[in-house]
Amino acid sequence: MRRWWLSVLLFAAFIGLWQLVASLPGVDNLTLASPAETLRAIRHDHALLVDNMWVTLEEVLLGLAIAVLAGAGSAILMHLFRPLREAAYPLLVASQAIPIVVLAPLFVLAFDYGIGPKLAIVALICFFPITVNVLDGLRSVDPELLKLMRSLRASRVATLVRVELPSSLPFFFSGLRVAATVSVIGAVFGEWAGADKGLGRLVLLGNNQLQTPRVYAGVVILTLMAVALFALVTLVERVAVPWKRGGSPA
Amino acid sequence: MQTDLEAPATEPLSSSEDAVAVSGLARRYRTRRGEVSALEAVDLRVREGEVLAVVGPSGCGKSTLLELIAGLQEPDAGTLSALGHAAAADRLAACAYMPQRDLLLPWRDGLGNAALALEVQGVSRKEARRRAAPLFERFGLAEFEQSPPSELSGGMRQRVAFLRTLLSGRPVLLLDEPFAALDSLTRGAMQEWLAEALAHEPRTVVLVTHDVEEAIYLGDRVAVLSPRPGRVVAEIAVPLARPRGRRRDAIAAPAFAELRHRALEALEG
Repeated sequence: MRRWWLSVLLFAAFIGLWQLVASLPGVDNLTLASPAETLRAIRHDHALLVDNMWVTLEEVLLGLAIAVLAGAGSAILMHLFRPLREAAYPLLVASQAIPIVVLAPLFVLAFDYGIGPKLAIVALICFFPITVNVLDGLRSVDPELLKLMRSLRASRVATLVRVELPSSLPFFFSGLRVAATVSVIGAVFGEWAGADKGLGRLVLLGNNQLQTPRVYAGVVILTLMAVALFALVTLVERVAVPWKRGGSPA
Repeated sequence: MQTDLEAPATEPLSSSEDAVAVSGLARRYRTRRGEVSALEAVDLRVREGEVLAVVGPSGCGKSTLLELIAGLQEPDAGTLSALGHAAAADRLAACAYMPQRDLLLPWRDGLGNAALALEVQGVSRKEARRRAAPLFERFGLAEFEQSPPSELSGGMRQRVAFLRTLLSGRPVLLLDEPFAALDSLTRGAMQEWLAEALAHEPRTVVLVTHDVEEAIYLGDRVAVLSPRPGRVVAEIAVPLARPRGRRRDAIAAPAFAELRHRALEALEG
């Protein structure tokens, strides 16, 4: 309970500091919009922001879904086939080292102007934390438990389905939480490389047109979107993994 | 050293009534400090329907012995058979192994954990629960069918783990210190419970323990192992009918005290 109050207090302090810095005499209001100006922009451009928000949210959710399927799927395959794990792990790490910002325009060239390149970028960013965490989860099952399953003469699939997958669920959700927060950044990169809709594009456009409050309004909504996704994943985890209560901070 | 070995090494490897036969068994482990011998020249046989209690100091290779019989490990020397089969896969099929820790799955309720043994054999989830339910009732777990393991006491958890072992349907049960983690009061109650359970569901049992009283109270025969490397230094027959009633009464009997004395003598060397 006390920690909850501390969060509110810290948040209020941050807003206060932001307002203070923005109203300092030397600060150009083309570089920094105050919280009050940002709020005004959110109110004024409400319809515009919401329309673009749905576009970005769709990119984020679909991209995440692709990353979950591809990430969990390849983690399971890598877990079941050791040679594949050893061969693919360096590639997996390399996929994370790719500078997405550079890659994004190429994706637009390859996939056209539509939602395709955005999904590819979101999925590429989110794939890594999910795969690595699920793989770690599958590999960290109590060896005694595997011995018990062996003595029960459980098949490879039965052990996977009844023991390894359930016990890797908390790891999966850790990965998904990280993925959910970075997915929004991925969508913004995707839109910067070429888009006609979305909050990322709106922010970029606002920047070019010196509409600083609108830029800040877009950033605030993008941030809220990431926080909401994080909270949603935490909530789903509570329902799906009831035996690990209070394991991770919400 | 004086031994009470009843089977000379020259006897045929396994006779037909031996559910478990172990002969000249040795198991070594390679560690950073070189080779460690866990078991050396172990000979044991267990007749069908008999409860053999194996007692020994900690680290004498008792658990290794069970894993070898169970088919989870292969020996470095000697022969093993369960129900007349020597191959590891056949031993796995003949024996149900109950590890020291209950290893209940936290995402399954009590009944679901016991039913796991049936499910992995291809029985549907619903049917497995239906078949496990009567055992829950019979063995004092009726109200805990839907409780998650975290809501069960240590004794209850061991009962569920034992039922899981029983439900695997194997003729030979290998129990690895099933009550070692329990407090002494609960342990006594669980020993009585196990004696009753085996009276209802007779099985060939190899029970490993470090508790001499537990070994005598539950076993038809007690095999005493030496400190590492484990060897059988004595075999003591327990000429008392099973089940042996209340544990506190059984332990107080003069015949029991005399057996305990012999076992401790062998154990302490």
